[in-house]
This record gives sequence, structure tokens and C-alpha cells, in this order.
Amino acid sequence: MVTTFEKNEKRGWEEFKQGYWENEVNVRDFIQTNYKVYEGDESFLTNATKATKDLWELVMKLTKEERERGGVYDLDTEIVSTITSHKAGYLNPATEKIVGVQTDIPFKRSMQPYGGIRMAKAALESYGYKLNEKVEKIFSDYRKTHNEGVFDAYTPEMMLARKVGIITGLPDAYGRGRIIGDYRRVALYGVNYLVAVKKEKLASLTGTMTEDVIRLREEIAEQIRALQELKELGNIYSFDISEPAQNASEAFQWLYLGYLAAVKEQNGAAMSLGRVSTFLDIYIERDLENGTLTEKDAQELVDHFVMKLRLVKFARTPEYNELFSGDPTWVTESIGGIGKDGRPLVTKNSFRFLHTLKNLGPAPEPNLTILWSPALPTSFKHFCSKMSIETSSLQYENDEIMRPEFGDDYGIACCVSAMEIGKQMQFFGARANLAKALLYAINGGVDEKANVTVAPGIKPITSEYLDYNEVMNNYDSVLEWLSDLYINTLNIIHFMHDKYSYERIEMALHDKEIMRTMATGIAGLSVVADSLSAIKHAKVKVIRDENGLAVDYEIEGDYPQYGNDDDRVDDIAKDIVIKFSKMLMQHQTYRNSKTTMSILTITSNVVYGKKTGNTPDGRKSGEPFSPGANPLHGRDKKGALASLNSVAKMPYEHSLDGISNTFSIVPKALGKEKDVQKANLSAILDGYSDKQGHHLNINVFDRSTLLDAMEKPEEYPQLTIRVSGYAVNFIKLTREQQIDVINRTFHESM
Amino acid sequence: MEGRIHSIETSGMVDGPSIRYVIFTQGCLLRCQFCHNPDTWNRTTGEIMSVKSLMEDIKKYLPYMKHSGGGVTVSGGEPLLQLDFLLALFKECKKLGIHTTIDSSGGCYSKSAVFQNTFLELLTYTDLVLVDIKQMDDEKHRKLTGVSNKHILEFAKQLSSLEILVWIRHVLVPGKYTEKDLTDLSSFISTLTNVEKVEILPYHKMGVYKWKELGLTYPLDGVKTPSEQEVTRAKELLNIN
Repeated sequence: MVTTFEKNEKRGWEEFKQGYWENEVNVRDFIQTNYKVYEGDESFLTNATKATKDLWELVMKLTKEERERGGVYDLDTEIVSTITSHKAGYLNPATEKIVGVQTDIPFKRSMQPYGGIRMAKAALESYGYKLNEKVEKIFSDYRKTHNEGVFDAYTPEMMLARKVGIITGLPDAYGRGRIIGDYRRVALYGVNYLVAVKKEKLASLTGTMTEDVIRLREEIAEQIRALQELKELGNIYSFDISEPAQNASEAFQWLYLGYLAAVKEQNGAAMSLGRVSTFLDIYIERDLENGTLTEKDAQELVDHFVMKLRLVKFARTPEYNELFSGDPTWVTESIGGIGKDGRPLVTKNSFRFLHTLKNLGPAPEPNLTILWSPALPTSFKHFCSKMSIETSSLQYENDEIMRPEFGDDYGIACCVSAMEIGKQMQFFGARANLAKALLYAINGGVDEKANVTVAPGIKPITSEYLDYNEVMNNYDSVLEWLSDLYINTLNIIHFMHDKYSYERIEMALHDKEIMRTMATGIAGLSVVADSLSAIKHAKVKVIRDENGLAVDYEIEGDYPQYGNDDDRVDDIAKDIVIKFSKMLMQHQTYRNSKTTMSILTITSNVVYGKKTGNTPDGRKSGEPFSPGANPLHGRDKKGALASLNSVAKMPYEHSLDGISNTFSIVPKALGKEKDVQKANLSAILDGYSDKQGHHLNINVFDRSTLLDAMEKPEEYPQLTIRVSGYAVNFIKLTREQQIDVINRTFHESM
Repeated sequence: MEGRIHSIETSGMVDGPSIRYVIFTQGCLLRCQFCHNPDTWNRTTGEIMSVKSLMEDIKKYLPYMKHSGGGVTVSGGEPLLQLDFLLALFKECKKLGIHTTIDSSGGCYSKSAVFQNTFLELLTYTDLVLVDIKQMDDEKHRKLTGVSNKHILEFAKQLSSLEILVWIRHVLVPGKYTEKDLTDLSSFISTLTNVEKVEILPYHKMGVYKWKELGLTYPLDGVKTPSEQEVTRAKELLNIN
């Protein structure tokens, strides 16, 4: 029995085309029956209004103050953040078209101790703040947190693996994130309807009370409670969001309040937005036709909404910042793509969202992600390319390979993780260090830095020169061990996260039956591929210390390197991806989640490199890995496209959580005239899509710009660059990360 | 069939239209003072590569060529020094419908039958020729490149009479030209009927390090890259919009 609206209820659905969506929660159907494809160019776009400019000026002023105060403007030390914990906060209530901030003051970061009280405290203290004693006592003595739960259950082997860095970046001390609530539901249906549907689901969960059923009953009850609090959040800002949005302005505001509730309650590593622009365009189109909205008003709504998304901030520890540098929040918004019926999902609002990069200037957030297909309208493709050339703020993901897996209403969580909106979530699993694992294969499971046995039962290799087959045999054993340990570790983490830090509002905006993935990841792929290639195609001599531990390698002769479209080494990389992902899939996962894998490092390639000794490819101890699936910088010598082709060979079907590639090119190398540059960049993306490549970060600038920004950061407050699956404000990166970025390959053939 | 190759650039976007697979051949007869690839001069070094293996590699970039309207450019060095190789390569390219471009300074152009026989056949497989004219004044040309420009201008004229599409390219080196040189170049270009585009290539110093690596004295020490005004003025004189 489906909950329906009463006939006489005011729904705000007048003039919308009817469909299944009226009788069930089905946002995709609403979009498909109502959206209007836009195939024209960007000439209709309007500039920032005075209100927009003034508000942005205020934001930039606060940003400057934040930088001067050491990276944090203010931190809440008293109030535990919940959906309704704070009174309303504004930039300027007289001119803001979209309102709501995480605490009562913009830029003030909230306190979120459910992930771990120690972390919350450390985050405060690292910026010179002191946690309220009462709060500390409550969360130390009376209320257990996620972090404590995990460490109660961790085995000594897991603790060791974590310490030596064979598995790193695990969400055991911070919120896992990468869950996208379908925030559009708030606007389309209003909260009352969503509560009614959830109540119905709860009522249907009867019969034998197995652990699964009990857990689900409790979760849905929590979801209902969260939805009621969401209504209350509306009241705090003087909106009644119990009913559907009546117009575009309300649709933006309702949707944003849904998202705001999520970021008030979870400081997940990635708090992505989903795929909202084309949905919102339907409301704008209706208002434009009714004459109740002008194009200028529409752009102002988008600008103010995006401005709010740029204000999302979390209190995080220095260790976290080392892994994920530059204060990222991954408010990822997915734009474009093609529908199952072949119509592009491009609307005028797709343009308006990209146009915020001009009206407000470039910025890393929201993480604007283009779902690319050669079949997108040419005018839109060229507009995207133009914005990339001007702002380096966009990333691209191949809709042609994702659509068959995820349909046409998926969004990207974080950097490269596709998921069907409202129907799928993931258990984020950070990554395993496959380069270190290779050193374990050589050293018989002994960690080259800590000098302790980590992987048991592996025989060390004792020959002077490395033999490919012998190394591979050992490597298989290490990877088998690692895959088992890795999945078990993640099982513990996600059991505890569900238990102590459940994402109630985000999950309230999901269906009852959802697909869960266990999203593992790997780091060091190019180092492994090049090392194995050196062992296979050249001669690698081992240098051992007095205890017989392999500590360095001498390479005699040349060997093919990953990143030059050479199958002799690219196939090695590909085989490793397939092999490890298959091994991971053999292990039982928490909540029967489906195991997936990513090749993505975010900025942790630097930390991983630091923790890994000399490798047989000639990389020195402590030197950064390449980010994601990139070739190691300087080794891709045959030009940009050869480098892209190598990465495109990594098989998406074995790495469904995404394959990240970051590409930097100097503007002049794209062609001599602006129009040519635009067309060439679009063609590169089309070609990469045909080649089955998955993800591409595109940076277009000269290295000298970055060097100058390092010297004079104050002159580059908005310099944005793509790193690995996200964009950052360059001047917010640690110095180490800045140098890593500058050292990367800049394609500059002239 | 094999060629002597200096290097490959898989994503050339400045040597001909759109995205191009650029093959830099080894060997050149000119000794241009501003040359940024002096390592391509020697005719006995480089890597011997077969047309077959090059075609295997080129095929990997077909999607980018298809979407951009790009193709293959053979540059150098001087590609026309290896006519037979070029002919064999372009024949194979045309089988796949690939747009073909030669980037040449015409340094080895000749009216001899030996050259002309292959050259004429090659042109039937060539979509575009980038003709580098370094200097109109023969005296200055000799100084700048070590050779006369007479046969190079003949090269351009023959391409015009055969109606082969060309882009004229001219490297702008401050202090090495007068306005008259440019207006003369412009007049010469206006006598040609096949010119689709004229490009100014502002002199740059990115190849200086190669001279040092080769133990050569860089003859243009102290010469600056042209200013924006100089480039704009040159464009005016050459009627480039």
C-alpha cells in the first residue's frame, strides 16, 4: 500500500507532467518526464547581481581572516552539533536568497564527537581551542564513540598493519562519508510525505526478529526522528518544509536544508550533493514560463546556493589534513550525462552551475563533476572545456562506462565513486599500499621501515638479482594475506560506524532496500607496475643491509615505464588491478556489501610515499607515489595522449569505485587560438571516453603560476587546482603537497 | 620501409589542425640559428623505425583524431630527406582515412627527377604542407640558416601550382628582420594561390639547453623573445587577423 497525498493537499505540482513519481518516491521519473534539454550555447547567462557580489566580497573577507587566524576562523567548543543544535546564522539575511549555515555564525566550525571524542578534542586543540569539559566527560565516560568501538574490536595484526602503513587512511577515526542523501526528495515531496513513507516501511518490518531486522527497524526509527528534526531546522530558518516546494526559490531552499542537516550531523570525509542541477531546472523553467522569475533571478539563486556550498567546513586534525590536504569537503555535484533514452541530461541550469565559477570566481567546492559523453551537445562540451581552461576547477567522468552500471540517475560521491542516488551507498575503505606489499614480497613479509614481520609465512627472496616469477609468486601470497586482512578491518570499521555514528538523515533520504558496496582502494599502482617491469625487462640487483633486509635496488638497463602506452608494462598494471580486486571479492563483507575497488589516492600519495622504502623501479624512499592511477611524474615521455591511453587501459569493470587520473597541460600546448584550445580539449575528452578511460582532472596552467603563488599566496586567494578527484585552493595545501603538485608532469609539447 | 626518427609526440596541437600525432624525423640540411631542435640535424643518429610499427602506434590515437579532425604530422628535422619513408607512411595513413601533414622548410627541395618523382607521388597522399619560410632576403637567409632560400621559394611555388594546401610559417626573431622583409614575405605569399593560413612563430629559447648539450655555441645569445607589440606588428604586415 503506497502512501499518497490527499486530493485537496496543496502540492506545488501544478503544471508538472504526471508520472509514477506522483505515487511513489521516484525523483528520476520526475526528472525524465519533466526536464527540458538545452542544446544552445552560453550566451543566455547573466552576470553576478550586486547582492551576489557584495555577499561574495564578505565571504572573501572572512576567508582572509580565516587564513590569518591559522586556517580556522572559529570553532564551536560548547555545543555538540545536531540537526537542530544551533539558532539561525546568516551572511546577510537582507540579501541572501538561500540561507542556512552549519552553526550560528558563518565560518564557525561545528563540534562533532560521534566519530571519536579524541579526534574532536585534538582538532580543537590543534587550533588552540579547548573542548568543553562537560562534553568531554559525556563522550568519554557515558557515551561511546565510533573510534572507540573500532579499537575495541581491532586485532593486533590490524593495529600493526595500520601503524606501518600497509593499510592507511582508514575511516576509523573520522566520519566515513561518501553517502549521498537524495536531497531532491525534500523539495519534491516535502518532509511529511517522506515521514509517512518511512513509517509505512517500519510497519512492514515484522516477523522473526533477526539481527538484521532489528537493526533496520532501529535505523528507520532513527531516520524518522531525523526527518522530524529536519522540519524543525526549517522552522529555525522560518520555513515550513513539511510540504513540497511551491517554486524554484523554495526548491533550492528545501533541498539545501536537507543537505545542511546532513553536514550539521556528519563530518564525513566526503559530503557529496548528488545530481541536483537538472532537477532544479524544472522548477526554474516553470517559474520562467509563469513570469514569476527572470533569468537574472535564476542565476542569483544558483550563485547563492553555490555560495552556501562553498561555506561548508569541518573541524579536522592535522593528521587528517595530511591525508586529505587543503580542507576539502567534496560537495560533489554531478552535471550532464545522457539519459537511458539517449537525451542529454543537460539543461540551462547545467550552464548556470558552471557559470558560478565566473560569477563567484574559481573555487574547489562544490566539486563540479561533468558526466562526459561524446554524445553531449557540442555547445555544452565546449563550454565545459572553456571553463576548465579558465579555472582548472572541473573534473570529468565517463558517462559512457558508468551509465551501463549505474543507470542515468547516479551521482559521484567524493571523487570518482558512482552510486545510484537514494538507492545505493558505500562503506568507504581508503586504500591498501600495493607498493609496500611488493617490498613485503621481497623481504618475506618484513616491513622495510619498521623492520618487523607484518605479513606472516612469506619466504624472503635471497638472490642477488630479482627473478620475475619468484617475486610474483611471493607477491601473490602477500596480496592474498592483505586482501583478507583489509576486508576484515573494513568490516569492523563499518559495523562500528553504523552502530555509533549512523548517518540518519542521509539514510532517511534513501530507499529502504539499498545496495551497499565495500569500497576498497589501492595506492602505488604505477610504482608497482614500473618495479615489476624493471624486474622483468631489465636486471634489478638487490642491496641488502647487515641483517639481510633488502633496502635498495640497482637497475641495469632500460625498462618500459607505465604512462607511454606500452603494453609490456601497462599489461602488468592491468593484471595487478584485476588480480587484487578478484582477491578482495572472495572475502565475506559486512552487511553483504558488494566489494568494489578504486585506484585513487586523493593527496595521500605523499603520505604513502613517505612511509614506503626504496622501490625496485628506482623511486627513492620517502618520495611521493603518483596520485591515483597516474604514471609517476616525468616517466610519461611520449606526450599527453600516450599517458592518457595507458591509464585508460585500467579495467573499470574491476575497479568500479573509480580510476582517478590527473592531467596538467600548459595552455599553449592546447593550441594557438582560444577556440582551437576549447575544441581540442573537448576532443581529448571524447577520445579518452572512447578509450574507456574513467576519470580526468584537468588543469590548464603554467608551472610558473604555481611557483609564484607559493611565493605570494595573498595574491592568489582563489587559485584552484585539481589534485586527485577533487580540487583545492592551492595556497591551502601544505608546502610538501605544493611541491608534489609542482613536480608533476606538465604536458607542454610545443 | 623504415625511417630515421628523432622522437614522437602523441598529442601535438600546434603543428597543423587539431590534435596530431607528430613524428619528428632525424636529419636536416639547414642550420638555423634559432633552431630549437639542433639534436635533429645529424643525419646518422636517431632511431630506425618501420612504417608498420609506427602505424600500430598511430592507430592507438585514432579516437582523438576522429573527434578533433586531427591526424598525422611529420616534422623534423627535415622530413623530405626521407621521401620514400614518407610516401610509404602516408599511403598507410590514407588507408585509414587519416589527415596527413608535412612540416618542412624545403631545405632539400630540388627539381631533379630523382626528387620530383617521389615527391609528386607523395603529394597525392598529402593533405597539407606547413612551409617554413625563414627569411625573404637571400643574403640574410644564408646567414640565418646557412643556405640560400631560392629553392625554398621554388618549393612554395610548386606547391601553389599543384594546388596543394599550405600554411606558411615564419619564425619571428627580433633583430634578424626588417619591416621590409615582412612586407616582401607578404607580397610573396600573395602570389601563391594555395595558402590557407599564415602563422607567426615567436622565437623562444626553450631549445637553448640542447645546443649546450651538443657542445655547440648558441649564436643568438642575448636575443630576446619578441614582445607582444612586435608580434602584433608582424601580424599586421602579414595580414594575419
